[in-house]
Amino acid sequence: MDLRYSESDEAFRKELRSWLDSEVPAHGRPPSEHDWPARREYDTAWQRKLYEAGYAGINWPKEFGGRDASLTEQLVYYEEIARANAPYVGVNFVGLLHGGPTLMSEGTPEQREKHIGPIIRGEEVWCQGFSEPSAGSDLAALKTKAELDGDHYVVSGHKIWTSFAQVSDYCELLVRTNPEEKHRGITWLAMPMDLEGIEIRPLPTIVGSSEFSELFLENVRVPVSCRIGKENDGWRVTNVTLSFERGTAFASDIYQLQESLRELTRLAKVLTRDDAVAWEDRTLRRDVGHLAAELDGLWALVKYMVSEAGKTGVPGLTGSCVKLYYTELKQRLGDLSLRLLGRASLSRDDVGGMASETIVYEALQSLSMTIAGGTSQIQRNIISERVLGLPREPR
Amino acid sequence: MDFQLTEDQEALRDGVRSFCEGRVSIDALRELEKTGFDRELWGELAEMGVFSLRQSEDAGGVGLGSADAVLVFEELGRCLAPGPVTWSHLAADLVDGAATGECVVGGIDLSRTNSDPLLIEHLEHIDALLVLRPDGIERIDPKALSGRAIERPLDPFTPVHEVAELPAGERLGDAEAAARFRLEGAALASGMLLGIAEASQELATDYAKKREQFGRPIGGFQALKHKLADCYTRQELARAAAYAAGATLDDPEVGDVLRAVSTAKVLTGDAAMENARACVQIHGGMGYTWEVPAHYYLKRIWVLENQFGTVGEHAERVAERIAVGD
Repeated sequence: MDLRYSESDEAFRKELRSWLDSEVPAHGRPPSEHDWPARREYDTAWQRKLYEAGYAGINWPKEFGGRDASLTEQLVYYEEIARANAPYVGVNFVGLLHGGPTLMSEGTPEQREKHIGPIIRGEEVWCQGFSEPSAGSDLAALKTKAELDGDHYVVSGHKIWTSFAQVSDYCELLVRTNPEEKHRGITWLAMPMDLEGIEIRPLPTIVGSSEFSELFLENVRVPVSCRIGKENDGWRVTNVTLSFERGTAFASDIYQLQESLRELTRLAKVLTRDDAVAWEDRTLRRDVGHLAAELDGLWALVKYMVSEAGKTGVPGLTGSCVKLYYTELKQRLGDLSLRLLGRASLSRDDVGGMASETIVYEALQSLSMTIAGGTSQIQRNIISERVLGLPREPR
Repeated sequence: MDFQLTEDQEALRDGVRSFCEGRVSIDALRELEKTGFDRELWGELAEMGVFSLRQSEDAGGVGLGSADAVLVFEELGRCLAPGPVTWSHLAADLVDGAATGECVVGGIDLSRTNSDPLLIEHLEHIDALLVLRPDGIERIDPKALSGRAIERPLDPFTPVHEVAELPAGERLGDAEAAARFRLEGAALASGMLLGIAEASQELATDYAKKREQFGRPIGGFQALKHKLADCYTRQELARAAAYAAGATLDDPEVGDVLRAVSTAKVLTGDAAMENARACVQIHGGMGYTWEVPAHYYLKRIWVLENQFGTVGEHAERVAERIAVGD
């Protein structure tokens, strides 16, 4: 049981920190979340810088242009990225965390050649066409159909909650190629977003931004060469990479929450409640201390999980615990922040030198996190069935 | 960084677990409910090194660290080991015979002022009583105390006497020593709370798999599955925090020791209490009876909650630590 990072990990930290210290301020502040073309420009330019400096694809193998960092170096990376408040992975999220790894494991040499370099260099942006209006948690109930016509699939259907669709080049599209089978009738396509028959309709979120879209697909002709894996084998292909989302993907976010908590503490020291500085209130301090303890515990659990994966070679099911706890903790932190802001939260103007807008945005945005990437209810099913061995839900 | 148990640590944990399973079963505890303190068991715990675990080898101890001690106390918590094990362990270097089990050492923490009654645990069975005060540690001869034995203490395995006042004792350590004692005590109590969190989750899960209602095991109903998934998640978070507290005590350069220990006490305290309550609930009507052991866990947790700082006090301490950072 050794919590001390190695000398080489610390050397990596030093090198990365000094790079971030100069590059993060130089990259400037992100554009408004309502201007997606500008956002794409900002995020992909940052990705390009990471690539050129050798920090892109931190867990990707070297043969695909990644850094192939050890698990502990990845933790150092996430700690430093969060500490420097570096730009978020943003519009590159799907390609880097999902599409790229899927191609590495399941793509043909030609498909890898075509996409992996552009993804890691920030030249190609991907979105995810998995969910449908009646296929969310029950993803395998998807209906978007694809029929083979010569060397093309003709695709028609309706996808929803597709982040960054309006600025994406490719879409990871799950389609139904066999209506008789449920899981074994699904195929995985890398669909170019500039094909005829794709209509993108932005779907405003409760935050008021339009990062989501609906995709309406009408007789879209997708070349068979865009298929990843075999026909009707898309469910397996999907599950190969979904585990990436539940592993260290949250490490950076968890560490970043420490900053939100510090912000809350700063706020509590300048705002007054009941004729006293809010921080004088013991109940509030205990609430804050409680959240801080939970956050520290969660970070310790990530270290425990990463060490376990280092030993066994596979990400454990603890990933579901981390996802479940982190997302609910983030919402409780949002609640406490809004309670502290009080009426000031209604205007979203700055309060005591703090950006009230950001606090309100984070609190609202956190509501998506217990839904996306497998709802909290699905995570609880996974834990109770696969870890505790309780009887399965009907499916 | 390798935040996993070493082979030695796994062997240590397995050894203590198998001893506890054989020697400190729930049935054995039920016997103890009638007969009281088991001096023989105390000797066996001492022989296994429970009290001398962190004492240096030169002094006759085992020479292990706090992370190892947390693992051992996790097992002692899991089996609801009776007696003042934490105090006797902490006293290894302070009181002759504590490490070997010849002198049973109890204690009371008076380092924070409050209006609680003076309740001394295990008074009839201890040979020395340690008192933690803000300015130091004192030793009192328990025979010098007269008190009222509480007929039905909350935890049936933690007998208490109420005494009117404590005489001045022999001074064994200064304020710094007292603070250190309290810090390590909180870490060990966290280990025990973690063990209880696990034991009550496992008891509840086993029952949910066996008990049938409406023609199927109740563990197949989502309401229970989700409750148990939360129990497991809290327990794993508590485990990471408790182990981190031990590792940070051993190597203070990896983090803020005060913050790590307080974090552990908060998270293990919560996990144990929530899991034990869930265990009573999931056992249904039987969960509310003396027969099902769920209540033993709950009652021991309440003893540990009131040792070396409550969840609330430690949460406040974490808040103080993060506010200092600004």
